[in-house]
This record gives sequence, C-alpha cells and structure tokens, in this order.
Amino acid sequence: MSQTSHTPTAGGDHPRPPGAVRAPQRRLRLAAYPSLLAMPALALLIAAMGYPLLTVTLRSFSDPSWGLQNYVWFFSTPVNVTVLWRTFSIAAWVTIVCVIAAYPYAYLMTAVGPRLRLVLILCVLVPFWVSGVVRTLAWVILLQDSGIINSVIRLLGFDGVKLIRTQTGVVIGMAQVLLPFMILPLYSVMRGIDLRLVQAARSLGARPARAFLQIYLPLSLPGVFAGAIIVFILSLGFYITPALLGGPRSTMLSTLVQSQVLSLLNWGRGGAMGVVLLVATFVLLALAAPLMRQRHKQASRS
Amino acid sequence: MTARKRGAAIDIKGATKRYGNFTALDDVSLHIEPGEFMTLLGPSGSGKTTTLNVVAGFTDLTSGDLAVGGKSIVALPAHKRNIGVVFQHYALFPHMTVGKNVAYPLTLRGMDKQARDRLVVRALDMVKMSDFAHRYPSELSGGQQQRVALARAIVFDPPLLLMDEPLGALDKKLREWLQLEIKRIHRELGTTFVYVTHDQEEALVLSDRIAVFNQGRIEQVGTGRQLYDEPTTLFVAKFIGESTSLRGTALTSGNETSLTIAGQKIVANGKLASGSKPVVLLRPEKLLLAGTNTPPAAGQNSLTGQVSEAIYLGSGSKYQVTLRDGSVAIVRSSLEATPFSIGDTVDLRWSVVDAKLLADDDRADMTMT
Repeated sequence: MSQTSHTPTAGGDHPRPPGAVRAPQRRLRLAAYPSLLAMPALALLIAAMGYPLLTVTLRSFSDPSWGLQNYVWFFSTPVNVTVLWRTFSIAAWVTIVCVIAAYPYAYLMTAVGPRLRLVLILCVLVPFWVSGVVRTLAWVILLQDSGIINSVIRLLGFDGVKLIRTQTGVVIGMAQVLLPFMILPLYSVMRGIDLRLVQAARSLGARPARAFLQIYLPLSLPGVFAGAIIVFILSLGFYITPALLGGPRSTMLSTLVQSQVLSLLNWGRGGAMGVVLLVATFVLLALAAPLMRQRHKQASRS
Repeated sequence: MTARKRGAAIDIKGATKRYGNFTALDDVSLHIEPGEFMTLLGPSGSGKTTTLNVVAGFTDLTSGDLAVGGKSIVALPAHKRNIGVVFQHYALFPHMTVGKNVAYPLTLRGMDKQARDRLVVRALDMVKMSDFAHRYPSELSGGQQQRVALARAIVFDPPLLLMDEPLGALDKKLREWLQLEIKRIHRELGTTFVYVTHDQEEALVLSDRIAVFNQGRIEQVGTGRQLYDEPTTLFVAKFIGESTSLRGTALTSGNETSLTIAGQKIVANGKLASGSKPVVLLRPEKLLLAGTNTPPAAGQNSLTGQVSEAIYLGSGSKYQVTLRDGSVAIVRSSLEATPFSIGDTVDLRWSVVDAKLLADDDRADMTMT
C-alpha cells in the first residue's frame, strides 16, 4: 500500500561460508524461475486477501440462501444508496483537499536544499509513526465545539462552526491522515521534472504562470494521478476516522458493513455491501484510466 | 516570407554578478555587432554561462547594464526579451511532439494556425528535421533533439540567439557536423549568435570573434587569429592552441633587452625593465630544431636542450624538448626538417620577432583543458 514498500530479495544473496559448494546450484534454480521471488508476497496476499474476499463474495450470494436477495435489499434500502454515494463523495473531497494541500508542499520539497528537504520529509513521515486512533482523537480535541479551532474563531468575533460530527470534520481528519500518500508520489514525480524546461518556456515567451500551467503542471500530472488513486481508494475504506469524527449524517459504508457483520451478524448483507463498494471502485477506476494514460514517454534525461 | 531583419547589436556594460562573497561576473563589458557570431570561451566557472543567463534574463545583474538593439533590457523579464535560447540538454518539452515544440513560441505569440504551420515547416526544414514533426522528443537521438531545439529557438525570428554548449553532450563526429550546420544557419539567418563553449577548437571553427573568460572577467576579445597570434595575457595564450612558455629574467642595457632562460641568454622582442620576469610565449610551428653544430641564423634565438619525446604525426613530427631548467618546449616540424630522436641534444631556435613577451600569471596554470 505504501509507496516505500521494498521488493523482497528472497534467497540467493545471503553471504555464504566459503565451503558452501552447493550454493551456485541453488542460485541457478532461482535464476531459472525468477517468479519464485514473488512467492512470499503472493502467499500472503492469497491467504490474507484472496480467501476472505472469496468467502465474503460467496456469502453475499449464499447467506442466508442462494440468490440475489442481499443485493436487492442493498439497492432497495434508500439509506444504503445514500451512504454509498456519500462514501464516494467524501473520498472525492478528501482527494481534492489532499491534492490542493500536497501539490505546493511537494513542489517546495523539490525546490529547497537537502537539509530543509529532510525536515519537510520528516514532517510528512512523523505522523505516520503515530497511531491513526491517536491522530483522530487529536482531531476530536481540535474540532469539537469547545475546541481550539472554535475558540479561535469565536475570539475573532465570529460565530462558532460545527465541525465535529459533520462531513467537513470527517474530510479534514481523513485528509490529514492520508496526506503523505499524496505528497510522496507527487514529490517523486516532481523531482524528475527538469526545471530547465520551465526556463526554456520562459525564453520562448511564456509568462511564469503560463510556463507552469503548460509545462510543469502536465509533467507533474502522473504524480497527481498516482497519489489521487491511492488516497481515493484508501478513503473509500476508512473506518476509524469517520466513526470518531463523524455523526449519523456522515456515516460511511465501512461503518454500515461493520454494524451488519459485527452487530447484526448478517454476513450476507455485509458481504454484499463490500462487493458493491469493490465493484463501484473498479468501474470508477476503469472510467478514469484513459484520462491517466500517459500520452508521452518520459523524456530521457541525460 | 517577410524580409528578414538583421540581428541586433548587444552591449554589456560593467556587468557584475555576486552570489554572497563569490563574484561570478566582475565588471564585464562586451560589444557584439549585429549579425556577429560571438563565442564566449572559457573554463567552467569562468563566467561565460552566467553572462549568457544574464542576457537571457534567467539571472539578474548585481550591477551593470545590458542593451539589445540599443535598448536596455535589464528590467525586462525573460519572457519579454524575445531572445532564442538553445540549452546544452535540449530542454524539449517531453509531452509535446516535435511540431508542437517548435510551434510553442508561436502559439504564445497568438499566431493563427496557418501562419504557425508555415513557420514551423520552414524552421524544421532549416535544421533538416521536417520528417520528424509528429515524433516525441524521447524518440529522437541527441543530435536530432538539439536540431529541433535549434528550430524552436529560431522559429519566432528572434534578433538574437543564445546557445549554451549546445553540442556538449554529443559525440565528436556529430559535433563537428553540427558545427557546420550551425555556421550555415547563422549565415542564412543573419541573426546575432552568442555561443558558449569551453572547447577552443569549436570556438575557432564557429566564431567571428571570441571573448575569452577567466574567473569572472574577459581576458581578451578578438578573432581566432588575433587570439592565437597576438594574445595579450598568458591565460589566453595557453587556452587557445598549443604553446610553449619559458620563464626568464630581463636585463636591459641601452635599447636592447636580453633574457636569461635556463642559464642561457636570448634577445628579447621588446624592451623590459631589468629584473622583470616575463614569459616568452612560442607557438609550436614557430620553433625549429637544429643540431648544436650549426650556428643560428641572423635574428634567431637559440636555446640548448634535449629531445624528451618524438612523435611522428604523418603530416610532420612533434617533439618535446626539455631545457636545462626543466621547462619543456613543444615543437612541430615539417616532414622536410631533419629528424631527431629521444635523447639527442638539440638547439631550440626561433626568430626573435615570433616570440610574444607576456606578464607571468599564476591564474593561467590552473585552467588547462
């Protein structure tokens, strides 16, 4: 999920004692079947993702009896459809907020010196090391009606704003949690953009704003798309943040799934909800794919 | 096609650029004639690229003035200067085709599509890249990319074209061919060209005049011939072409100055204060080798040394002669001259008038390419 995940370099490369005669043979076999390198990760994915997913899907069609009744129930209950729509709309808002907040930040990271860049990277990563629950509780303290944000607003002479248990509060909290997933892919793409291209555009007669919009922005879009997809998909499945920061009017689908499965023990309906979310996500990604396809190869940088 | 205007004159006056304590440009003044091909030549960090960036508008001057076509452009931002720039690393827009790249400056100027297409075709024709209009830059070789970059920089008919080591990333063969292409395009356009390079050969091939930069200053401005034959500083002498520099001590009596080099006396070509320590600069083709048994001709100087290297070059030979004080002279001799071999004791001779006397300069030594 994280952008910084490492490819496992399983087997083959451990330092061997000098007497290990069989080692070359073993390495040969690994070279013949490079796909073996993916085995540990694949095994984990199949066990932890594939099997449960299959079970959930199956039960959505078979629990309590075979048929489409769970799906019929889902789409004929207005609150479900409302929540599904809301889930996507919250995810979209979170993505938009993340893009707006991350873009200038990532750009700054490419523009500053190495020391300041390290500080900026740490600012992104440190919240990662704090549990999501703690971070969300921090937002509860900040956003609540008597919290800091509202105190400041009142101090300035305005009426207080309702933030906690609203959709706005949920979006703010989720955007903060997910911001690094937007900043890091953006930064990695922006770092590769040759700033001399912007200089070239200026020499050809482009105002700074135009050089940015016509040269820099298009070249940074792959990073925007990569980050947006990660943030959007993670948002769809968010549970803790909406549960703690949201109210009944900002319930997301994961909360409904939780109540169906854990409170009502209705695996069939919970499964159907999960499948609907999954399929809707795939459809959306398929629709967005042509937009994101790069119409050019990355320029070779000598 | 409208009648082409000639290139613009450029006047750089007292240009100074400081970064904190570092002075990148130190009171540089340079006049460039309309339509001239001027090369800024120097080692890296000498200020030549800074000068180019100042003219392009990428770098602001700390003090000084800059005029193109008689009008000061110091206050103009880069995009209002109407100056073509070709970068060392091409700087083609990777998300646009060759055609779109070349059309870009015209689009910015609000030109309609028909006129735009006509000019793009003409510019691409000029660099012989018209068959590649629909390709993306990543599908082209380095030389092709640079030709497209050149087309993009001239398509809007700027009165001045700046080129920053445009051939630096290309191999030798391609470089030599593109040098001739650039020369041809310069002739056809009549635009003023300012070309930055650290390669003296390239500078000699291309330029009407060359400005030699060193440590943020201009050492000398002149044609290639002037710089080679009449260098005014030791740095220029060493940077352009091969040379031998011998350090001596002057002794003047009456109208004549003699120099002591490696314990031997020679006649100086000029008058110097006694005790001064000039450098005698000699070009390899002005030096002759002779056996020590033949007397020097009238008006010739002679120093005895030993051949330490002899290289046969086909068209002639090249020798290294080591003098008694350890200084080394480089001699290029024709095929007809008597051959010598390593270890031979020889006389190094030259006509008094062929030597250049220059002030010694430590800075000249650290800058050999």
